[in-house]
Amino acid sequence: MKVMVFALRSFRREIRSGEVLVLLFSIALAVSALTAVGFLTDRIGKAVARQANEVLAADLRLRSQEPIPETWRDRAQEFDLQTAETNTFPSVVFAGDLSALATIKAVSGAYPLRGSVRVSDTLFGEQRVVDNTPARGKAWADGALLARIDADIGDRLTVGSLELEVTAVLTYRPDQSMGFASLAPSLLINIDDVAASGLVSEGSRVGYALLVAGSEDAVNRFDASIQPELPDAVRSSNREESSERAFRAADRAQRFLSLTAVISLLLSAVAVAMSARRFAHRRMDTVALMKSLGATQRFVISVSVVHLVLLGLLGVIIGSIIGFMAEEILTRILADLIASDLPGIGIMPVVLASGSAMVLLVGFALPSLIQLRNTPPLRVLRLDVLPPAPSRMLVDGLALAAVAALLYRSVGDAQMLAILLGGIVVIAIALYLVGRGLVATMGRFRSGVGVAWRYGLANVARRGRDSAVQVVAFGLGLTVLLLLTIVRTDLLEGWRQTLDEDAPNHFMINIQPHELESVANIYRSAGVEPPEFVPMIRARMSTINDVSVKDREYPDPGGKWMANREANLSFASKLSASNEIIEGEWWPEDYDGPPLVSIEEEAALETGLTIGDRMTFIVAGREVDVTIGSVRKINWDSFQPNFFMVFSPGALDGMPTTYIASLRLEKQQQPVLVKLVRTHPSISVIDLDSILQQIRGIVQKASLAVQAVFVFTLAAGIAVLFAAVQSTIDERRFESAMLRALGARKRTVFAGVMAEFAALGAAAGILASAGASILAAIVATRLFELPYEFNPLLWVTGVAAGIFVVCASGFVAARGAVNAPPVDVLRAA
Amino acid sequence: MGNQSTGGATVLAAHDLSKEVSSPEGSLTILDGVSFNISAGESVAVVGPSGAGKSTLLALLAGLDLPTNGHVVLNGANLSELDEDGRARVRAESVGFVFQSFHLVPSLNALENVMLPLELAGGEDARGASRKIIDKVGLGDRWSHYPAQLSGGEKQRVAIARAFATEPAVLFADEPTGNLDSRTGSNIMELMFDLNRSSSTTLVLVTHDLSLAERCDRVLSLDIGRLVSDTRGAA
Repeated sequence: MKVMVFALRSFRREIRSGEVLVLLFSIALAVSALTAVGFLTDRIGKAVARQANEVLAADLRLRSQEPIPETWRDRAQEFDLQTAETNTFPSVVFAGDLSALATIKAVSGAYPLRGSVRVSDTLFGEQRVVDNTPARGKAWADGALLARIDADIGDRLTVGSLELEVTAVLTYRPDQSMGFASLAPSLLINIDDVAASGLVSEGSRVGYALLVAGSEDAVNRFDASIQPELPDAVRSSNREESSERAFRAADRAQRFLSLTAVISLLLSAVAVAMSARRFAHRRMDTVALMKSLGATQRFVISVSVVHLVLLGLLGVIIGSIIGFMAEEILTRILADLIASDLPGIGIMPVVLASGSAMVLLVGFALPSLIQLRNTPPLRVLRLDVLPPAPSRMLVDGLALAAVAALLYRSVGDAQMLAILLGGIVVIAIALYLVGRGLVATMGRFRSGVGVAWRYGLANVARRGRDSAVQVVAFGLGLTVLLLLTIVRTDLLEGWRQTLDEDAPNHFMINIQPHELESVANIYRSAGVEPPEFVPMIRARMSTINDVSVKDREYPDPGGKWMANREANLSFASKLSASNEIIEGEWWPEDYDGPPLVSIEEEAALETGLTIGDRMTFIVAGREVDVTIGSVRKINWDSFQPNFFMVFSPGALDGMPTTYIASLRLEKQQQPVLVKLVRTHPSISVIDLDSILQQIRGIVQKASLAVQAVFVFTLAAGIAVLFAAVQSTIDERRFESAMLRALGARKRTVFAGVMAEFAALGAAAGILASAGASILAAIVATRLFELPYEFNPLLWVTGVAAGIFVVCASGFVAARGAVNAPPVDVLRAA
Repeated sequence: MGNQSTGGATVLAAHDLSKEVSSPEGSLTILDGVSFNISAGESVAVVGPSGAGKSTLLALLAGLDLPTNGHVVLNGANLSELDEDGRARVRAESVGFVFQSFHLVPSLNALENVMLPLELAGGEDARGASRKIIDKVGLGDRWSHYPAQLSGGEKQRVAIARAFATEPAVLFADEPTGNLDSRTGSNIMELMFDLNRSSSTTLVLVTHDLSLAERCDRVLSLDIGRLVSDTRGAA
């Protein structure tokens, strides 16, 4: 009680005196920055996930070979979810005498629940987004289908006993398969027309799907509620295997967002740590005095803890208000990028940010306060008496544990955490050691320089451990800022380049060997360089090391799926440019030994296969035995035709082979496709532009988020440096007053202070550049699988920024100290 | 030399006090076998040249530090038998301090500095009691000023008001005029002796100003850690 009364009363005085403002400021900044970052990452993360979900046309899809009972739909509606139904089946479509195989996609009115359908009014013409589906008796046909049957808009088609009028060219539907299997061009019709077609009966090959969409929470609850009851024949998925690329992009975008969130949290942590240290240090004299006046250890520590908590709460309130405002402003500015139609997330980011800030405050300030408890009261007589230093393990351990716990909560990515935290700890230790070394060296140089530098360097050397700690704080702040700069520029650019404008935007599949020459000629006649044709052979895996693929145990469920599905094999004498051998060796170009296969890295992992393992494939009724000779990594971003299994030349000779190819066609070159599909009706052309656009959209959103976070992080970074300078300002105030009292001119004193900051800034800048480059290289290759090149400009920037930023914040902080009339300072208590 | 004392009950006793500290050159003896008793209401000056061990003795007497050998009994409590919090409680109940460098809390104004020990002791109406004392030391119109806005003499007045606020049994003063000019210093001492008389506090004054020492009832002289004389002054 007594403690609380005293603590509350004295807290008011502390605030009034301005002593604690730096700590208050860093907490408020941490809360507002973390709120804004949390808000952005949540929003943009959801927008990205939703964009990736477009390939399902839903958030969740239930698929079955049997009609899906209506109870499932009713159940979904009970969960307040939107639903739509689709039936998909192959059928021959007739127009007059011509006919072609098509994928009939019959959809209900709400289709699609995610993404949108696009149509055009002429073949390969300008496309527009529609928000309805074909009416009964109408159909929207894929351009390739119309080309094959020589039909056009307004013509009538026959499907089974159904007659349909073509009212638009279907250019895009979100769930058009990206795989190569059974890709006949689509015909979109109304689901109520299916019965009249007479095509759907017992035993016909129809895929029934129930599409579900709604809030993430409702979808998850619905999914959880149906899982136990789902019959084997029904598969629910929230991911489309064949659209792995969009999800890879979304995952990577999430990682970028997480990384930036982690970085801003780290910076906030450093800022809070620095100002908490000063908070504790400034209290030392007061605590000694209170103890000499009879306060017990418990009393002083309780008062300090109450102060700390009150300070935290006040900072949280101020930070939350700023954070809320930032949320509002961001929502308005970024309305079309951040899924503004999602329900508001309101208070959650603020709550999480506030919790995080409090954890940081406790983690960093508590150990210093515990140290205060042991301040000897003798300090009132002898200022050189200091409390015993707390165990560094305890202090750093508590703080690190606090940061790690927070990061794990917000990121949940152990690998990223290990890399970042490990890196930061190593860099901090290096900074400290080099800081100490530098301090010692600089002390020795001081006789050879002018008065200002001598004073500045003497200061650095005299403060020894404190100077080293400052180098650590400056350095860590800079490291993190530089790292974020690299992420923001180099890494995002590297990612964007993988989706460069020259990336192929069309796939051609099902090209027969005898068509290769003719297809190449058609392109040549249109002035387009013919693409490289890659062979593809349909097969089934039957045994692995003489064990049936059905009986084998797999390390990953994905492996079972992969081994049991229909496989697409290829063969090559040369390694594709988008592949890299990571284990074993690629065969020589003129290889003609026993059949070898090169397997893709993830496929090898999931199936538990490695070099030397044997597989048997059934190809067109014949068995092919093959041994794994190498493991490959594939750059899926390349949009080149790629295969999990690539055989050595000759191994698949004589097997039924078709070819696939990818190429880039500009808008004005696309009419060549009309000629191509008319001349070679069995070739399917897949337009990749839409998926490329989806991925570019994801990259764009991620970049935007990183940019926005950068602004907040920059503010936090400057707060760190300011806090670090502030932590020595009291001493500086006294020293400069003393020097001026001894007759030094203001300019000389000021130049001395600046010399000190310049030396510290340069040291921190060099180390930060090194640390950030190494961390960025690890982050790029390990977390993002992107190439990273060391950027020499970074070093220049790092050192220049180190000197500039440290001097600038030093200037602001030290100006008051140097300008104060010496008499005031020397007279102060 | 010896355990002289006059009249009243013993309020402070030093028994064979020694203090050694370790230094790069080995162990250094700062105090060596110092013993004396001080009675309630006495004013005692501790004098001696720089390095004689005056401040160390003060720290031991007030329980701010512990002796290597011997012990201190303050107001009936053997300080060596108490832990740090126990010694703090004894200080809260019976000790006041006036320091050479004032030791005011810069974030508190004059009145709040005086209130501090009263608030620490949980006393009722700390504000009212402090206003009275701050009037007594002649700063009634400057109570809202912060230490930085006060002159040295004014700061020491605030410190004296703070020291007397809890009506301590023993007041320790460590070179209270050391940072003041001679005129301000003598005003301050005047104030301190006045308050000492009117509240019958025991005063232990560390100083190297002999004229100041002579105004005390008794003078203890230290030299290189030993008590070399214990004389009664003329006051």
